[in-house]
Amino acid sequence: MLNNFVMPDLYPAAPELFLAAMACVILIVDLFVGASRRWLTGSLTMATLIGCAFITYFTFDGTSSLTFNNMFVDDPLADFLKMLVYIAVITVLVYGRDYLAARDLDKGEYYLLVLFATLGMMVMISAYNFLTIYLGLEMLSLSLYAMVAIDRDSPRAIEAAMKYFVLGALASGLLLYGMSMIYGATGTLELGLVAQSVQEGTANRVILVFGLVFLVAGIAFKLGVVPFHMWIPDVYHGAPTAVTLFIGSAPKLAAFAMALRLLVSGLFGLAEQWQGMLMLMAILSIGIGNLAAIAQTNIKRMLAYSAISHMGFMLLALMSGAASAEPDPMALINAYSSAMYYSVAYVIMSLGAFGMVLLLSRAGYEAENLEDFKGLNKRSPWFAAVMMVLMLSMAGIPFFVGFFAKFAVLLAAVAAGHVSVVVIAVMFSLIGAYYYLRVIKLMYFDAPADSAPIRASLDMRILLSVNGLAVALLGLFPDTLMMLCTATLMRSL
Amino acid sequence: MNSYLLSLAIWVPIIGAVPVLALGSERRNLVRWLALAVSIAGLLVTLPLYAGFDRQFVGMQFVEVAPWISRFNVQYFLGVDGISVLFILLNSFVTILVVIAGWEVIQEKLAQYMAAFLIMSGLMNGIFASLDAVLFYVFFEASLIPMYIIIGVWGGPNRVYAAFKFFLYTLLGSLLMLVSLLYLFLQAGGSFNLLEWHQLRLGMTPQILVFVAFLVAFAVKVPMWPVHTWLPDAHVEAPTGGSVVLAAIMLKLGAYGFIRFSLPILPDASHYLAPMMITLSLIAVVYIGFVALVQADMKKLIAYSSISHMGFVTLGFFIFNSIGVEGALVQMISHGFVSAAMFLCVGVMYDRMHSRQIADYGGVVNTMPKFAAFFMFFAMANSGLPATSGFVGEFMVILGAIKHNFWVGFAAATTLILGAAYTLWMYKRVVFGAVANDHVADLKDIGRREFLVLALLAAAVLAMGLYPFPFTDIMHASVDNLLKHVAVSKL
Repeated sequence: MLNNFVMPDLYPAAPELFLAAMACVILIVDLFVGASRRWLTGSLTMATLIGCAFITYFTFDGTSSLTFNNMFVDDPLADFLKMLVYIAVITVLVYGRDYLAARDLDKGEYYLLVLFATLGMMVMISAYNFLTIYLGLEMLSLSLYAMVAIDRDSPRAIEAAMKYFVLGALASGLLLYGMSMIYGATGTLELGLVAQSVQEGTANRVILVFGLVFLVAGIAFKLGVVPFHMWIPDVYHGAPTAVTLFIGSAPKLAAFAMALRLLVSGLFGLAEQWQGMLMLMAILSIGIGNLAAIAQTNIKRMLAYSAISHMGFMLLALMSGAASAEPDPMALINAYSSAMYYSVAYVIMSLGAFGMVLLLSRAGYEAENLEDFKGLNKRSPWFAAVMMVLMLSMAGIPFFVGFFAKFAVLLAAVAAGHVSVVVIAVMFSLIGAYYYLRVIKLMYFDAPADSAPIRASLDMRILLSVNGLAVALLGLFPDTLMMLCTATLMRSL
Repeated sequence: MNSYLLSLAIWVPIIGAVPVLALGSERRNLVRWLALAVSIAGLLVTLPLYAGFDRQFVGMQFVEVAPWISRFNVQYFLGVDGISVLFILLNSFVTILVVIAGWEVIQEKLAQYMAAFLIMSGLMNGIFASLDAVLFYVFFEASLIPMYIIIGVWGGPNRVYAAFKFFLYTLLGSLLMLVSLLYLFLQAGGSFNLLEWHQLRLGMTPQILVFVAFLVAFAVKVPMWPVHTWLPDAHVEAPTGGSVVLAAIMLKLGAYGFIRFSLPILPDASHYLAPMMITLSLIAVVYIGFVALVQADMKKLIAYSSISHMGFVTLGFFIFNSIGVEGALVQMISHGFVSAAMFLCVGVMYDRMHSRQIADYGGVVNTMPKFAAFFMFFAMANSGLPATSGFVGEFMVILGAIKHNFWVGFAAATTLILGAAYTLWMYKRVVFGAVANDHVADLKDIGRREFLVLALLAAAVLAMGLYPFPFTDIMHASVDNLLKHVAVSKL
């Protein structure tokens, strides 16, 4: 039997292999460095991510290649999203370092969990088979469960981790169940073959749709959209802010990739079915997310509900690829690239917003209530301006990237003929504007309750400023990123 | 042929705001002089627009085109016609006044105050110069941000409520407009070019729906009855400079929107719904005039008077004759001067007394004679006295309205009585009579800085009242063209 073994082409998976190898090295190195030289672990982690970025960049050739018996795909979409994941994770590491050090949480485990979670995301992004998708997803999820609980003395964090774990396990179960149904109907786990089988109509339609429902439920849980959103506020609130920052950023890109691969690459033949589900979830998410966010006094919870509504907007674009018998390929690309652009824009904004929460926190003090932003303009005009840009961008006010993300999504939805849905969505984002404006009100109109100077390391200050400027500049010149998203998808789908 | 004048008009104030902000509020004198220099530079770059404007040419001048968001075919497309060029000049002029008016009054965060007004000036020039729908929308919405900050940071006791109401009310309208812009984009086959939209053929039902969406956006901004309630709040709470910009420029954005979007893109819906628009305008003119009569707060009174005057503007647009539309435009410019002056006058008194209540004043003329003279003049202009700019616009609109329908003109003409009543009655109670209390007795007359600002405005009001030809001449070709265009059905 051994003679049949064919060595798979490892080249397309080079970044993943490098990351896995380095994670093992760091695991061992960390055993030998004491707490005083923890910086070594951190620097190695950073170097690993930068190394991955180099490998991804230099192995990029603009084509799609399958490997590992068609379980793994390396296409421009995967490379693009992976690059963004590296950038997001590096940012997370920089923003979170001081916060974790002040709470004695910057243990080696944290860095390893970050690396394994990143590996999970990369596998999710590149998966071309139900099993690989599941493998990547679980790798990401298990690392995240542990990260939420990393502050093991905090009852709130433990509770959050338990909730996340139980609900996450349930969602994984749903996803697996859906996959097995589709496997039963089509006899294959490979996305390309599933798509073929669905298109030809040989598979049993009832079983397929039955499986699809569970699949969509699993995706919805990972994206955190209504009605599978319950975990988001509790986990965002309970986890240490540095971990919340991680959960709220890069995994959204991976979840987007998963949704795109499963629904578009795999089950486009069932688009008519899943578009209806997505539309309902999108409207509910935008509505409930924006309404519930108004009632929050904790900024982490507020941003959690805002995340729900943002993912709703993303779904709005994803479901806008028209499900006619003869779909116009450009309209499809437009819809999906709007969804992708929205995800990317959201990750940039979310990184900045949680970065601001981290900036205001210091040893022994969690700046997680909205009140903590009071009078920030007096304490630091520059960072108040950065936060204002981020909030306005999230509210979808021009000239910031969030506006153009919403613009692209709404245009895709109007083009697909969902005008009434769009009107509902903009009315809820009007309601949403209120709570973003409230943050600006606290920073600019109110007197500071806390006059402690803002202390942060230089690299964090610089990166956070760059983050804010990126939101503004991507809004002034939105074309590059939009074209990049479109070009990537055109070459990949 | 690209000219860069319009880009300069937009970006000089915005980029100039950056060093003003960077100076911080410590070096107060430097901040003031730099802000003044930037605002004057902002006016200087717009002067060639007036001087070089070809009055015979129909269409857009000083055009600039560059791709901006190629994926959606959005262009950085600027240009002005005889209508919009006037507002850019007005805006740049008012910005200087605002900077001078805030010279000593603003104690806190001076640099941010000046920068906010400079940025807003640039953004509003952008609105008037945009010929691409997305570009227009982006400027239109972005201009909310500085105003929100201005009301919220430097405003009165109830400023937070007013700032939120202002922002959310306006956003409500603009979001509906955004949806109709997206719809028009698809109807036009993938173009946001406004000039192409003007030629776009649309059926009656879509025209009416889009008209209603635009109406919500622009009516909130004008503001028309019954969506005017944010304005008195915003005016009362805003600092003097904020009220001036709000009344002089921001209210014009809504009316300008009708001229640039509703009328030329949707001519059939405009004609069909004109009776409704005329009714709403007359309600604003008459009913809001009565509301103004009973106000106890001077700023509120002027705010209601603004709504009433803006009713004239919308009335002039929807009677579709040349004298009515031109009168409305003259009224817009004139109201820019007069309302700015009225708010500055109230500001002058408020800085000294910290009260806007009419009841707290009386006999101001005894202690502030120079001020009382200016205030008298502007009060007369506000009530439409001949030889002031207020008369020209109102008279033209009333003439146009009588041409259209005698009773419409009759109802509109009541404003001459009402306007005089509420303005002069307020003036009488505040300025005339014996000195009412010790605070009034302690008042000091206006200083040189205040004198300069009021004198500049008085000169403008008088010049426009005596010789309006330079204003009507520049807009004439564009208005004729607009009316010709609107008369042709698109069905």
